[in-house]
Amino acid sequence: MNSKTSNNIATGVIYFLVAGVLAILVFLLGYILITGIPHVSWHFLTSAAQSFAAGGGIRDQLFNSLYLLVLTLIISFPIALGSGIYLSEYAPDNWVTGVIRTAVEVLSSLPSVVVGLFGFLLFVVNFHMGFSILAGAIALTFFNLPLLTRSIEESLQDVSELQREAGLSLGLSRWKTITGIVLPAALPGILTRIILSAGRVFGEAAALIYTAGQSAPTVNYGDWNPMDSASFLNFMRPAETLAVHIWKVNTEGVTPDAAVISSGTSAVLIVVILLFNLLARMLGRWLYKRMTATK
Amino acid sequence: MPKIITSKDVHLSYGPKEALHGISLDFEEHNITALIGPSGCGKSTYLRCLNRMNDLIKGVKITGSMKLGDEDIYAPGTDIVDLRKRVGMVFQQPNPFPFSVYENVAYGLRLAGEKDKHVLDERVETSLKQAAIWDEVKDHLYENALSFSGGQQQRICVARVLAVQPEVVLLDEPTSALDPISSAKIEDTLLNIRNQYTIIIVTHNMQQASRISDKTAFLLNGDLVEFSKTEKMFIHPDSEKTSDYLNGKFG
Repeated sequence: MNSKTSNNIATGVIYFLVAGVLAILVFLLGYILITGIPHVSWHFLTSAAQSFAAGGGIRDQLFNSLYLLVLTLIISFPIALGSGIYLSEYAPDNWVTGVIRTAVEVLSSLPSVVVGLFGFLLFVVNFHMGFSILAGAIALTFFNLPLLTRSIEESLQDVSELQREAGLSLGLSRWKTITGIVLPAALPGILTRIILSAGRVFGEAAALIYTAGQSAPTVNYGDWNPMDSASFLNFMRPAETLAVHIWKVNTEGVTPDAAVISSGTSAVLIVVILLFNLLARMLGRWLYKRMTATK
Repeated sequence: MPKIITSKDVHLSYGPKEALHGISLDFEEHNITALIGPSGCGKSTYLRCLNRMNDLIKGVKITGSMKLGDEDIYAPGTDIVDLRKRVGMVFQQPNPFPFSVYENVAYGLRLAGEKDKHVLDERVETSLKQAAIWDEVKDHLYENALSFSGGQQQRICVARVLAVQPEVVLLDEPTSALDPISSAKIEDTLLNIRNQYTIIIVTHNMQQASRISDKTAFLLNGDLVEFSKTEKMFIHPDSEKTSDYLNGKFG
C-alpha cells in the first residue's frame, strides 16, 4: 500500500468518526429542541411552577439557575484565579505541587452526587444553612474549582515565555509582569473557559438536589434586599434549578403536563447553554481586540 | 573611556555541566561591543548573566564577579528589578506585547509610575524615532504591535527598551530571525543610539559585528579567546583560532 492510499484511508476513517460524533450531537440536540421548543412560550418562561395543576412555568427555576451560577462564580473565580496563577507562574516543579495538581484532578472527577451528599451533611445539616442557594453554590464551587483552576492555569501557560522575559527584562517585577502582561494576554482565554465551565455548572442537578433543595418558594422580584427572606436575592432560601426541576417532574411530578414541562425545560436549558457558548466566543474575541489595541 | 561593566572570572554551570569557564570582559561606556562565536560557545549565556536573566533557569550556578559601575550585579542585596531597568534587553525573537504600538513603548514607563500623558507621548515618539521605526508606525500607533512585520516588531521592541532609558542595552542575536533589509535597519538603529547607550550585541553574523561594533569578543566553547578592537581583530587577529573562525574554517 503506498503512502497516498494509506493517507486516503486514514482521512476517510477520521471523517467517518467525526461524522459519527456530529450525528450523535445533532440527534440529541435536535430531539431536545424539537420536542421542547413548541412548549416554550412567554407564559412558560414568566410564570411560576404549579405543583398539581397543568400550565405551570419555570420562571423561578430559570432565575435560580442563573443566580446560583453567578454566586458560584463569585465564590470560585477568585480562588481559582489565585491558584491558577500560583500553579502556572510560581509553583516549583516538586512533589508538593504534584500533590496539588493531583488533588485538583481528583476533585474534578468526584461524582456529583457524592459532592451533593457531602454538602448536605456539612453545610445543610452541620452548619445549619438549610437547603439554600449558598449551600448549593458552595457545592458547585467544589466542581467548578478544579476545572476553573486548570483552565486558568492553561490559559496563562498559553502565553509565550517570551512575553514574560520581555516584561522582566524591562525591569518589571514578577508580579507586575504577571498582572500587567501575562494576565491581560490570557484574559480572553480565561473568560472563554469560565463561560464554558458555567455551562456545566448550569446543567448540574445531582449535587444541588441535596444542597439547594428541590423547592422554589415564591419570591418577590421587586425586593432588592438580600436579607429579606422573601427577596429574590436572598441566598439562604431553597432554590430549585432548571436541571433539578427536570429531574423532579420526571420522578415525582404529579402535574398532568409533567412530560411537556420536562421537555420544555430541557430545551430552555440547552438553549441557554448554547447562548453561553456563543457569548463566550464573542466576548473572548471582543476582549482580545480591546486588550490588544488599546485606545 | 570609562568602563561601565566589568566582569572577572565568570563561571556558569547548568547542573554538572559548566558552560562558561571563567570569562573576564570589560565594556566601555557608549560603545558597541559584539560577542561572536559559533553556536553553543556561551555568548548568549554570558550576555544573559549581565541582567540576570539566567536566574530564571533552574539549576544555574554563577561564580566570579560582575559589576555595573561600582555595584556588584550578583550581590545578595541587588534589586534585580532595578538592575533590569538599567540593563535592558532585546531578544532573538521579536516579542512585542499583544498591545498597541503605543502601549508597548509606553508600558515600561507607565508601570514605573509615569502618568503624565505629555511625557509619555514625548518619550514614545523619541524612542520610536531612535529605533528608526517612527515613520512606519506614526499613523498606526494604536494598532496591535503584532500586526507588523518581524523587522518592524523588532524595532518596536528596541524602542520599548529605549523608552525606559537604560544605561546598557543587551541584544541577543536581534537580527537572526530577520531578513537582510530589516537587519540593516536594526544596525542603523544601533549606530544611531551608540552615543547615548552602551550596547552589547551577541551575533553569529561576523559581517554584522565588523560593520557596527567598536570592540569584539570571540568566545569558543565557554572560553574567551580574544577581545580587542573590532578592526584589529578582523584584520590581525592574535589567535589562530580567531583567524580560523573568521575565515570560515569552522563554526
